[in-house]
Amino acid sequence: MSTISPEQPAPAAATTLETEVLIIGGGVTGTGIMRDLALRGIHSILIDKIDLCAGASGGNHGLLHSGARYVSTDLEAAIECRQENELLKRLAPHCIEATGGLFVAVEGDDPAFADEFPELCRRAGIRCDELTVAEARKLEPHLSDRLVRACRVPDATVDPFHLALANVDHARLTNGSLYRSHTELLRFEIVDGEIRSAVCRDHRTLAPLTIRARQVVNAGGAWAMNIARLAGCADVDLLYAKGTLLVNHDRMTRHVVNRLRPPGDGDILVPGGTVSILGTTSTRIQDLDHVAPTVDEIDRNIREGAAMIPALAGARYTRAFSRVRPLLQGTGNASDRAASRGFALLDHRSQGLANFCTITGGKLTTFRLMAEKAADLVAGRLGNRQAGTTATVPLPGDDAGRWTEPGAAPKHWYKLNDPGDMILCECEMVPQSAIDEIVATPPGAEREVMSIEAISLRSRVGKGPCQGSFCGIRVASYLYDSGYYRDAAGLVHMRDFFDERFKGQRPVIWGRQAAQMELAEALHCGLLGLDALDAD
Amino acid sequence: MNMIEQPRNFTTELAVIGSGIAGFAASVFAVNRKIATALAGNSGAVAYTTGYLDLLGRLDGIATAVTDPWEGLLHLRQTQPKHPLGRIAVADLRAGFDEFTSFLGSGGIAYSRAGDRNVTALTPAGTLKQTLCVPATMAAGPRAFAARAACVIVDFEGLKGFSSREVVANLGGRWPGLAAQRIGFPDMARGEVYPEVMARALEVPATRERLATALQGVAGPARVIGLPAILGVHRPDRVHADLERLTGLEIFEIPTMPPSVPGVRLRELLEQALPKRGVTLIPQQKVTGLGFDGDGATLDLRDSYGPIRIRARAVILATGRFLSGGLEAHPDRIAEPLLDLPVTQPAGRADWYRERYTDVRGHPLHRAGIEVDAESRPLGRDGRPCSERLFAAGVIVAHQDWIRSRSGAGIAIATAYQAVGAAERYLRGSSGGLAATPSLNRQVVVPGE
Ligand SMILES: Cc1cc2nc3c(=O)[nH]c(=O)nc-3n(C[C@H](O)[C@H](O)[C@H](O)COP(=O)(O)OP(=O)(O)OC[C@H]3O[C@@H](n4cnc5c(N)ncnc54)[C@H](O)[C@@H]3O)c2cc1C
Ligand SMILES: Cc1cc2nc3c(=O)[nH]c(=O)nc-3n(C[C@H](O)[C@H](O)[C@H](O)COP(=O)(O)OP(=O)(O)OC[C@H]3O[C@@H](n4cnc5c(N)ncnc54)[C@H](O)[C@@H]3O)c2cc1C
Repeated sequence: MSTISPEQPAPAAATTLETEVLIIGGGVTGTGIMRDLALRGIHSILIDKIDLCAGASGGNHGLLHSGARYVSTDLEAAIECRQENELLKRLAPHCIEATGGLFVAVEGDDPAFADEFPELCRRAGIRCDELTVAEARKLEPHLSDRLVRACRVPDATVDPFHLALANVDHARLTNGSLYRSHTELLRFEIVDGEIRSAVCRDHRTLAPLTIRARQVVNAGGAWAMNIARLAGCADVDLLYAKGTLLVNHDRMTRHVVNRLRPPGDGDILVPGGTVSILGTTSTRIQDLDHVAPTVDEIDRNIREGAAMIPALAGARYTRAFSRVRPLLQGTGNASDRAASRGFALLDHRSQGLANFCTITGGKLTTFRLMAEKAADLVAGRLGNRQAGTTATVPLPGDDAGRWTEPGAAPKHWYKLNDPGDMILCECEMVPQSAIDEIVATPPGAEREVMSIEAISLRSRVGKGPCQGSFCGIRVASYLYDSGYYRDAAGLVHMRDFFDERFKGQRPVIWGRQAAQMELAEALHCGLLGLDALDAD
Repeated sequence: MNMIEQPRNFTTELAVIGSGIAGFAASVFAVNRKIATALAGNSGAVAYTTGYLDLLGRLDGIATAVTDPWEGLLHLRQTQPKHPLGRIAVADLRAGFDEFTSFLGSGGIAYSRAGDRNVTALTPAGTLKQTLCVPATMAAGPRAFAARAACVIVDFEGLKGFSSREVVANLGGRWPGLAAQRIGFPDMARGEVYPEVMARALEVPATRERLATALQGVAGPARVIGLPAILGVHRPDRVHADLERLTGLEIFEIPTMPPSVPGVRLRELLEQALPKRGVTLIPQQKVTGLGFDGDGATLDLRDSYGPIRIRARAVILATGRFLSGGLEAHPDRIAEPLLDLPVTQPAGRADWYRERYTDVRGHPLHRAGIEVDAESRPLGRDGRPCSERLFAAGVIVAHQDWIRSRSGAGIAIATAYQAVGAAERYLRGSSGGLAATPSLNRQVVVPGE
């Protein structure tokens, strides 16, 4: 059984890689499995068709649920959340901000729900302190003056990028497990009830790639049904619910604020660094690959959010995005929001396969538990009797998340205190030295695949109010300057980065964002001609 | 201060609102026609501009560049009859460019004359851009590129966002004799350096001499040097000529990222030259009220000394688009904030932008704007001129996308030329006519000085 050493990642020309476990899907679940297996001494290759957190993991609220949100709909899920919330706060404190959460009802909300809520929380073992309206408004002055009820629960916020990067880096360091971005699974070669290899495509080089593994894990999130079907499995039955979120330019609250009513639109505001995230809506969709926020979803979120926090009505929004929740079938006829947010682990034995499993559904909050369950199954099938240790081994990762954490880059810059080390991203204060480091030793990736987009994913570049329109140009210049780019690739990367950022900006361009966008376009297209790169 | 402040009153024939290229050009055309003029403008897009004056560099939706803008205009006239550049006579367009650039030239920023073809100019990314008129400080770049002359692009330690290696990486394939060098800016210690500070430093002869020595040191066999645009804020032509004399080399500037020196130059030149020609200038202020009555128009604004009221017989609205505040994008509609003029716009917010940011066809939002009649008068909701005294100029006008068509200055100059012509006809035709020697307060208000 040959494995690949970390010092020598597969050369570009190689067409076959070997490993013990192939994991498909670089969200929090897939990266969590990679780490869990590595801690059991099992080598894996993780692939993602785009890059880390390209799916739901990169487009959620970032709420580390206390469980309180689910006490009325799914007691089991609520308890799971509570347990994982407590565990992660201990084991991955660098990825978490223990903000606390409020549940608030305003005039017109069903009082029966609020009456029941504290008792339901107690039943799930979730601490719930009832506050007076005055106390709540003192904690959060932006709360509406039409508030009628308030409770405090141990909600927190979590940075999924930081989690994913830390998972991958820990696995790489532990046993040389490998992560490949931009690698899409196309089909499986199945012989005698066993997947022998996975045929993939490297979207950067367009080269085909074969990965041979003894076990294959499908951690494809909403895409899990598609992936399972490629293996001939018909037992993954998902419906899709699209959720839309808005990024508010300011941090409005210290706590997470939830609406004290049955889950509905625009009922959660989550602070994160210097911004807040408002959401979400829930709409059934069929097509997984073309999800974008609509004007109606955005307006609905703002309208509902403003009932709790009136300032949201006139606030400045820098981005909006939509992601898909996979809804597991078989929970009867309840509404989508009431449908189980629990997860499913399928061993596919009934489908005649002995080395394939699928893990999907669940939550960001419960990713570790999901990963553990999947790793238990896979390890058992490989004859590995070591128990999982992610419930006790702290997650390292100060390094991996060094640049994604708001405020980390400026700290580093002040510490170095080098006047020659210029700030390239002025909104988020990312200096040249940070870019150097990310390019030289990219967290969770190889140097060859670094683009401005990939750098942005691994840092705060482009996350501030200018949304990358200035720093994208500066970072490109700097990378030309340092010899990383030697031809038009830098221009193409710049354009692709702006195109990508725009997808999130597009739905919320009004007010000052419209002025910002006009300036950006005058520069990118009017001056630099990035709209005509293919022409001349 | 809670006492009621008395506004200071000014009376003029023409009030121009907006100090972008359109408002400035309108003021130039007006003083040249001896119309008593007041210019009130806030800071805006002009500070970002490159110094290149574009007429038509692309036809929206067509990927290739326009090399002959005059032929391009014919095409525009046929395919986009409502486009503001299609609604002006070619002779007027040329006359407008010539009149505006010769005014700039007399103030110390000489421009190439509008030619029969576009000039292929350089950008800081090493891409190319079609433009009509380039300032003298930038002219050697397009010449050297056309001749593929041996040339060194020089950048500076500590100047971010401008990399000579970037220019060479992207242009070198088409320009084999191009090389990159880096030097330190004279007397600026390690750390970040800023274009405007460098530009002001180069107005001092001693700094120029030291820079000249450094440039000679890296020129090698090349006789042409390209620099970021830092050759002085005031009288850049003199700084440029002196540097060429000192080095014995041909030197050109390449525009930089904003805030850009060429934009600051244009603003400062015009803000100094126009008052000298008699324009009442109220810089850096926003007009907050505009109303019309039987005898004229009233503009309300304030500066650091208090409220100001301008009475004028005619008004040119040249307030730009979203970046400058001439248009506002509300979640439910696009509005013109000063008079609430009707704005032609896409049906709903979902239609403002296309899916892809860099789509060559541009975004429908950019074609939104106010409607004007043949006499440059904005139309009201009833489709008739909103006032016989109100004229509009610049990119606030609908049916154009100056970004995709690379025609920012062109639209500004052309529409300003037309608007001033129409305003002049109105002022001379209306009762009282144009005063021969206008009796108005010519005091120049420069707040904070
Ligand atoms: C709008 C919204 C808000 C949410 N908010 C919260 C919250 O606040 N708190 C919380 O706890 N949970 C939240 N969730 C749930 C949470 O985001 C998800 O449960 C979690 O991110 C799922 O992670 P995953 O790794 O299983 O799936 P994903 O993150 O979706 O990962 C699947 C990956 O598979 C890749 N992939 C797909 N097909 C292929 C292929 N053929 N080849 C290679 N790769 C492939 C995709 O690119 C993707 O990166 C939210 C979900 C949504 C949609
Ligand atoms: C980054 C960038 C690069 C550019 N590069 C080029 C180039 O290379 N070539 C080119 O030809 N053009 C270029 N342009 C375009 C050019 O600078 C002008 O934007 C364009 O010509 C439009 O001019 P305008 O006068 O109509 O509008 P603007 O330049 O937008 O001017 C409008 C003015 O109105 C003022 N205003 C608005 N409301 C009020 C009010 N209520 N009271 C008082 N004043 C008010 C604003 O403050 C502003 O000064 C560039 C623009 C940008 C942003």
